[in-house]
Amino acid sequence: MSQTAVARRRPRAVEMQTRRRGGLKRRQAIASYCLVAPFFLVFLTMLVLPLFYSGYLSLFREQLVGGTVFTGVGNYVRALQDPVFLGGVLRMAQFLVIQVPIMLSLALVFALALDSGRLRMQRIIRLAIFVPYAVPGVIAALMWGYLYGPNFGPFAQGARALGLPTPPFLGNEWMLGSIMNIVTWSFVGYNMIILYAALRSIPMELYDAARVDGAGEFRVAWSIKIPAIRPALLLTTIFSVIGTFQLFNEPNLLRILAPNVIGVGYTPNLYAYNLAFINQDINYAAAIAFLLGIVIMIVSYAVQFGVLRRERRS
Amino acid sequence: MHLFKKRPAVGLAATAMVAALALVACSGGASTNATTAAPSKITQAAIDAAMKTKTNLTFWTWVPDIKNEVALFQAKYPAIHVDVVNVGQGAAHYQKLRTAIKAGTGGPDVVQVEFQYLPSFTQGGDLLNMAPYGAAGISGDYASWIWSQVSSGSAVYGIPQDVGPMGNLYRKDLMSAAGIKLPTTWDEFSQAARTYRAANPHKYLTNMPGNDAGQFMGLVWQAGARPFGYDGKKTVTINLNTPEVAKVIDFWNPLVRDNIIGVDPDFTDPWYQGLASGLYASWQGAAWGPVFLQGTAAKTSGLWSVAPLPQWDTQKPASGNWGGSTDAVLKSTKNPIAASQLALWINTQHEPALMFATKQFLFPASNTILKDPAFVDEKSAFYGGQQVNKGFAAISATVTPNFVWLPFMDYAYSSFNETLGKAFADRTNLATGLKAWQAALTTYATQQGFTVK
Repeated sequence: MSQTAVARRRPRAVEMQTRRRGGLKRRQAIASYCLVAPFFLVFLTMLVLPLFYSGYLSLFREQLVGGTVFTGVGNYVRALQDPVFLGGVLRMAQFLVIQVPIMLSLALVFALALDSGRLRMQRIIRLAIFVPYAVPGVIAALMWGYLYGPNFGPFAQGARALGLPTPPFLGNEWMLGSIMNIVTWSFVGYNMIILYAALRSIPMELYDAARVDGAGEFRVAWSIKIPAIRPALLLTTIFSVIGTFQLFNEPNLLRILAPNVIGVGYTPNLYAYNLAFINQDINYAAAIAFLLGIVIMIVSYAVQFGVLRRERRS
Repeated sequence: MHLFKKRPAVGLAATAMVAALALVACSGGASTNATTAAPSKITQAAIDAAMKTKTNLTFWTWVPDIKNEVALFQAKYPAIHVDVVNVGQGAAHYQKLRTAIKAGTGGPDVVQVEFQYLPSFTQGGDLLNMAPYGAAGISGDYASWIWSQVSSGSAVYGIPQDVGPMGNLYRKDLMSAAGIKLPTTWDEFSQAARTYRAANPHKYLTNMPGNDAGQFMGLVWQAGARPFGYDGKKTVTINLNTPEVAKVIDFWNPLVRDNIIGVDPDFTDPWYQGLASGLYASWQGAAWGPVFLQGTAAKTSGLWSVAPLPQWDTQKPASGNWGGSTDAVLKSTKNPIAASQLALWINTQHEPALMFATKQFLFPASNTILKDPAFVDEKSAFYGGQQVNKGFAAISATVTPNFVWLPFMDYAYSSFNETLGKAFADRTNLATGLKAWQAALTTYATQQGFTVK
């Protein structure tokens, strides 16, 4: 009898304990759900729902005459044959291959220079490089639009004073380079800060050890610092890939100054915008936006995969 | 905002007004519109009742200081409260308007719509036919080239507010310094452009932007071309391949190719500076241009002058129109009577209509204002004491009628920049650009389900 009672009691006690612990856990869980709820609410209503809605829209075709019909993947097929869309993607790929390496190299050089601790007025330099990022993109584009001006911009006036031809910053050939310059100017500081923060977290002992082994400042940078911040470099690369394909503000604003150079499909995002609001073709614009998302995913994955494979090999 | 709400109503005048409007409504009562279920006429009693009922109206417009005209309206009709909202100018305005229409909520009652965009709204059945609400009776006060753009058969979809008959704004001093007489024909203009350029290697007689389909269409209009047609339903005509359009293209082609004229985009900072600094000695602008120029090139006051456009045939002086607006009422409004009365009242009553012309400097569409001494006799110091308004009033009478817009001018103007406009900007063959524009418009129209003739 007593044995059975004990036997019976023991599981109960354990049960009680677990239940109490479970209650605490549940309460903690509720609290954490409450804490993430605001984020998820906004995330769901402002991102996930519109995403599904535009995915839904992209499957239809609405005409000014004839109304709306279901077309399945018709809009996607059309986009893949659309020279304007493909031209925009290609232009952004070109942008990516040229601008991102330049910007990230500059950011890395600045970060290493700051981290070396050999600069005077370090804080001021750091701030000066970062300030362009704090300038809103709209203002930046307006400012550069003035600087690039073919008649009254300072570069044009300087060139004229020296008897040189005015540099066609806003012409057909130079425009992409001019936008690259604006984007680099804006984002070099942002990337530098990420890399600099990563550099600050490298343990000092590594440097001491390297110095004992006779490594100079450049050797330390090349063999210790850069390998150590590889995750941060990967992060900035992926951000830059996404940012490049989503380029919109700069071309949209320079378009006011050079309406015949920057066409409706200069960048894929600009194209989607113009399709929706000028051509009244919201469905096709949604399909373009989705395809752009897929392109970004593929390129980001390729970058990540490439870096990881190289890491594994080394 | 509510400043004028508490003002005592000018009771008698208001009653007289309502009666007058009701008469107007009755005289136009014969109009019937088969496509809408709207009543063929609204009785005076119904208008009376509506204008005394507490009503809130929303009015989207970008006309500066239009609150002053609206305030006059509210003083007449204290029961009607009008919220004037500026949601942006041009493209931004239409984007929001189309979005609101699509959403079916959040749109205004009364809205500013430029002439060329009216068909894009009537095509979707978004605008109220104001003919039964009193608009049918006002047609007599407008030139036929204006009225044909706001009406379709007996239906009226917009009340004309201002127009932009085109003229030639030029720098007297620069022209005479180069020894050039004012060109009266396009042939003379072409010669003058070459002479001017030879005398001033860094300046141009004029500038043709590649981003302003509106200006180009105005010049094509003057040449007698009618490239577009729309039957109000499903059929559009797109025919840029006509001798009249070719005439304009062939005129500009060598001037653009040989770098005789400028091709800078207009309404940009460099262009403003170009006008102010004498980079361009003339501007083939519209009737709203003189005041605009006065603000942009203030330093050059007294040096400018206004003349009609150079002509193709001096025996038959002609002009085209560039710009101008109407006030329309959305069909979705809950207060069609009050909304129509607002659109009608501020644009047809003498006091507010004259105020638009003399205070906001909108070039009037109404014949009455075009003859009003307070408007036409005004002398402008900027134009060396010239009676600019009188000049443009005369030009307005020479604008040729029956110009029609496509029901998708947003796209038409945007694709102009990619095709013909790009040919201007890049100084390549304009005829090729024109063909590309024709092709783009036809493709789009077909994609959108229109029958293209």
